[in-house]
Amino acid sequence: MAIRLKQKSVLPGFGLSLGFTVLYLSLIVLIPLSATFLKASSLTWPRFWHIVTAPRAIASYELSFGASAIAAALNLFFGLIVAWVLVRYKFPGKRLFDSMVDLPFALPTAVAGIALTAIYSSNGWIGQYLQPLGIKAAYSRLGVIIALTFTGLPFVVRTVQPVLEDLDKEMEEAAASLGAGRWQTITRVILPAIMPAALTGVTMAFARAVGEYGSVVFISGNMPMKTEITPLLIITKLEQYDYAGATAIAVVMLVVSFTMLLTINLMQAWSGRRMRSSEGSELALSEA
Amino acid sequence: MERAPYAELGGKRTRVKRGLSAQAGRLCHKKSMATALALKNLWAAPDKAAQATTERSWVRWSLITVAVLFLGTFLFLPLAVVFVSAFAKGVSVYFAALREPDTLAAIRLTLLAAGVAVPMNMVFGIAAAWAIGRFEFFGKSFLITLIDLPFSVSPVVSGLIYVLIFGLQGLLGPWLAAHDLKIIFAVPGIVLATTFVTFPFVARELIPLVQAQGNEEEEAALTLGASGWQTFFRVTLPNIKWGLLYGVILCNARAMGEFGAVSVVSGHIRGLTNTVPLQIEILYNEYQFAPAFAVASLLALLALVTLVVKSAVEWKAHKHVEQMEAAVVSIAAPVMTPLPGVKAA
Repeated sequence: MAIRLKQKSVLPGFGLSLGFTVLYLSLIVLIPLSATFLKASSLTWPRFWHIVTAPRAIASYELSFGASAIAAALNLFFGLIVAWVLVRYKFPGKRLFDSMVDLPFALPTAVAGIALTAIYSSNGWIGQYLQPLGIKAAYSRLGVIIALTFTGLPFVVRTVQPVLEDLDKEMEEAAASLGAGRWQTITRVILPAIMPAALTGVTMAFARAVGEYGSVVFISGNMPMKTEITPLLIITKLEQYDYAGATAIAVVMLVVSFTMLLTINLMQAWSGRRMRSSEGSELALSEA
Repeated sequence: MERAPYAELGGKRTRVKRGLSAQAGRLCHKKSMATALALKNLWAAPDKAAQATTERSWVRWSLITVAVLFLGTFLFLPLAVVFVSAFAKGVSVYFAALREPDTLAAIRLTLLAAGVAVPMNMVFGIAAAWAIGRFEFFGKSFLITLIDLPFSVSPVVSGLIYVLIFGLQGLLGPWLAAHDLKIIFAVPGIVLATTFVTFPFVARELIPLVQAQGNEEEEAALTLGASGWQTFFRVTLPNIKWGLLYGVILCNARAMGEFGAVSVVSGHIRGLTNTVPLQIEILYNEYQFAPAFAVASLLALLALVTLVVKSAVEWKAHKHVEQMEAAVVSIAAPVMTPLPGVKAA
């Protein structure tokens, strides 16, 4: 039995376009990435383990993952509200707010970094009011969370928005007519429908936050063991010409990002299936 | 637009009560039984009815306030602070900062890096979209995942991988040194790192677009005798031009603003290997805040232009869909009217 690798098509250019795609992908992405693992394999296992479990490295993981998780949770909460408000309500300036949501994608991280630092430093627009309250926002872990919340802001909004737009209002009407209160309708009908998309968005925001560098280095203060994120630790090791150390930590980060990418893909497949299956059941209903 | 009457219900109960029976009649005719039932409930208990498909007005307004405050603090304030700080020392300092030779060199290098990386990634994006969007083949979804890889890699690691290959300690380092070629801490490294980081943007934008359009138009063109390239330039390209434009603009914004990856490979040699974001960092770390923000305002402007183009492209795409739908309706309408002598089933 022959496995058909490609279905027949009358369109030309398959070999050329796929060949170029794979070649370019290999040259720019795959070969350089695998070189990292090659380089890391020159380290012995005990040495690798010693580097990646050093107290300073562990502290940086705790900060990177902890702050990213908090930022992702903040983005989930506020992202759901923003998506809901943008889809369901009318208010002045709505279109402006809607298009501004993508700003963190478009604004270079270094610019975001110095802008956030200026706002939250002790004489900044917001920092000056936090200072008397004893809250130190810039040059602290809180600053890291603020910067990561900024970078992850668009993800939940942009994954949830289209699902919310497609949501059939008739389902809510049916729920209401069956005696559900508005709160019940929201928690039992609307939230389950948007959950897969929201979770995908949160995972994306988290994945992005873990690797983020530019917006964090300015506001974090970069104190080893306290406010040093993992990407910064890699840079520090590079600046000390400790290539082995930098590579080992980079391998840890790469493994984490591959795992996240896999998770995101599985989640997208899951939410896609859910949407398709609900469309399918609607189709079945309308045919009946 | 059909939904407007519902949305209004919460706020304007008196008018709702008066117009309700008329509305119920109209909607019963149009909508499902569920709607009719809901509207009957509405009539019986207007207070409850208002909550049926929207929230009470105080809930709505507090949610809107939360959203606006959140977006305001996290998006508008940073943007505003860039421009306010840039002009804090006056217009003359602002323009002097932009005319500084190191800054001009940084701008030139950034333009060069983006000028190489963006067209390469554009050609790649179009090729990938053609291969993935137009054909069914084994391993396609795996290929899409691989294209996404650079998105999930930390910018710092993106820079590091090139140092590990081309750096002095790297795999090709000794060979490059022997031939007096310099990639890391030089312009080629910056171009490579920028290309890696912006790699998926155009492809990501185009693949779903090409997939959604289907093959029919190209097949028709080929049947009518067009060559492959003619089909591509006359049929495919015009269809994807707005998505392509947005992908390129986004790719460009990221290419010009990339910081982490470029910072690893650049070596920070002033006037030689400093890009605009690195120049901002240097000025900022030297406490030259007004000049740092002046240079940053250029990139902030670029971000704003990117957002404007995005909105315009979305508006265009929306209009295109509406036109298509209208066209489909006008084609379908004569077909749908029953032929004379044929009884409707």
